[in-house]
Amino acid sequence: MKEVSLVIIGGGSAGMAAAIEAKKNGVDDILILEKDNDLGGILNQCIHNGFGLTEFKEELSGPEYLSRFVKQVEELHIPYRLNSLVLNITKDKVVTYSNDKEGVVCLKAKAIIFATGCYERGAGAISLPGSRCSGIITAGVAQKYLNIHGYLAGKRVVILGSGDIGLIMARRLTLEGAKVLCVSEIMPYSNGLNRNIAQCLNDFNIPLYLSRSVSKVIGKNRVEKVILSQVDEKMQFIPGTEMEFECDTLLLSIGLIPYVSLLNNIDCEMSSTKGAKVNDYLETNIDGIFACGNCLHVHDVVDFVTDEGREAGRNAALYIKGLIKNSNDHITVTNGNGIGYVVPQKIENLDHESLTFKFRVRKPVNNVRVVFKSNETEVASFIRPVLIPSEMVMLKLNKEQLSKITSKELTVSLEER
Amino acid sequence: MKEFVCIVCPRGCRLKIDDELNVTGNSCPRGANYAKEEVTAPKRIITSTVRVNNRENLLVSVKTSIAVPKGMMFEVMKEINKISVSAPTHIGDIALSNVLNTGADIVITKEIK
Ligand SMILES: Cc1cc2nc3c(=O)[nH]c(=O)nc-3n(C[C@H](O)[C@H](O)[C@H](O)COP(=O)(O)OP(=O)(O)OC[C@H]3O[C@@H](n4cnc5c(N)ncnc54)[C@H](O)[C@@H]3O)c2cc1C
Ligand code: SF4
Repeated sequence: MKEVSLVIIGGGSAGMAAAIEAKKNGVDDILILEKDNDLGGILNQCIHNGFGLTEFKEELSGPEYLSRFVKQVEELHIPYRLNSLVLNITKDKVVTYSNDKEGVVCLKAKAIIFATGCYERGAGAISLPGSRCSGIITAGVAQKYLNIHGYLAGKRVVILGSGDIGLIMARRLTLEGAKVLCVSEIMPYSNGLNRNIAQCLNDFNIPLYLSRSVSKVIGKNRVEKVILSQVDEKMQFIPGTEMEFECDTLLLSIGLIPYVSLLNNIDCEMSSTKGAKVNDYLETNIDGIFACGNCLHVHDVVDFVTDEGREAGRNAALYIKGLIKNSNDHITVTNGNGIGYVVPQKIENLDHESLTFKFRVRKPVNNVRVVFKSNETEVASFIRPVLIPSEMVMLKLNKEQLSKITSKELTVSLEER
Repeated sequence: MKEFVCIVCPRGCRLKIDDELNVTGNSCPRGANYAKEEVTAPKRIITSTVRVNNRENLLVSVKTSIAVPKGMMFEVMKEINKISVSAPTHIGDIALSNVLNTGADIVITKEIK
């Protein structure tokens, strides 16, 4: 069987950054496997502006951002295979993929980086009430149809879910001549960035209804009407609050889920992010298998995906050189009061210059303290005026703060001030 | 006094601007400039796509090189939709210059081989 030092599954932002960094850290024998016909992942269809402000101090469109990394991959002569779907991986790191030129190929890798991105929740995930006619489509799929192939999903559109993809699509469809009737969000707050509500909805007078969701889809062959109803605190529809919209399309923007089916086959421990549990080296519980980007936890800003990819690339290089080991004696990081998840979920080694923790809050909060506690003693705390679930938070503990972790537990929680 | 969200970067600061154009709530100078422009002459960058003649079912992405008046967004879109280009395309290629005398060019943002 052919052997490769490092196999990277997925050639999106995370995978390309990981490959570039691993190469720069002395790993020469790398292979990126990408199932699509281009490198770049989801950014190929994100033609809007807003990428690269942290990375390049410039505001780029998705394709511009990704092209800078494709260029580096090529300049560094990092091999990649397109149209190559990874079908299986094993615990001892045998990777099986297939494409139309090579057929089915098995490779043995020393290390694997998972960078497979995420997928969109569909109608089934929320048991969408009513007809299952055509015209119900996820926002990302509609984005791909429109921006890559030039097909408009519909003429009169209702959008369910106020995530960023839905908001971006509201503007895009409007500019292309469709009528976007409204965006409906079941939560009492929006899940998208404020800036996207301003420039994608307010600019075009598209109403955003909060605490409202689809109570019925009506239509024989194609969507004809969508009924929206108010929900109470228990997310139950309130009778008598129905609003009726005549439309031909219902766009769903109701959340993204890490794409990890390959990891489920090898007893990889999963976390509340729906991605793998990882340690401070972004390594899963399976020796030498790393994860980064949207398949680890869903990011809203690609610059942070790139950063995480680099970290995984660097760590995989260390692993290949035999410089890090997965012990079973780690510190467990748990999400306490008000925190939805924390990455990493485990710490192997406290001897870092600094360690960044990434997390999301469960609901919007004002004026809180984010407290890191070990063994009931405070390790560090940070004051934050506003935290919202749609923004991933990153907090860094320095060497001194890390040295205060004295037990096998670290908890991150919110406290009122 | 007017209040709105800064759209210059994903941070989305809540800006306030008074009648003398004094801006508060911004975390950086770009926010102050944006607020002043937003109350005097609001502008937006437009991103869209244009057809690629010699490829089937394929579009290439474009943007306006600078922000254009907000009120002209739909007119600019009409012009963009008239354009078609031929592959290969390169980032930075100009597909249409000075669209509707706004001073903005329509620039390609994607490499197509
Ligand atoms: C629709 C959308 C809009 C966004 N808008 C913005 C924005 O405005 N600004 C911003 O900063 N960020 C935005 N983001 C966030 C950011 O762009 C993404 O989080 C980032 O690009 C994700 O990178 P990734 O490499 O983790 O995943 P992806 O880009 O999804 O890459 C994963 C790659 O893995 C491949 N793959 C998956 N499974 C396999 C397999 N079995 N075999 C081989 N290959 C496989 C896929 O084909 C894909 O190319 C957006 C995200 C989405 C989804
Ligand atoms: S004020 Fe500055 S930091 Fe705040 S959103 Fe605007 S550009 Fe970003």
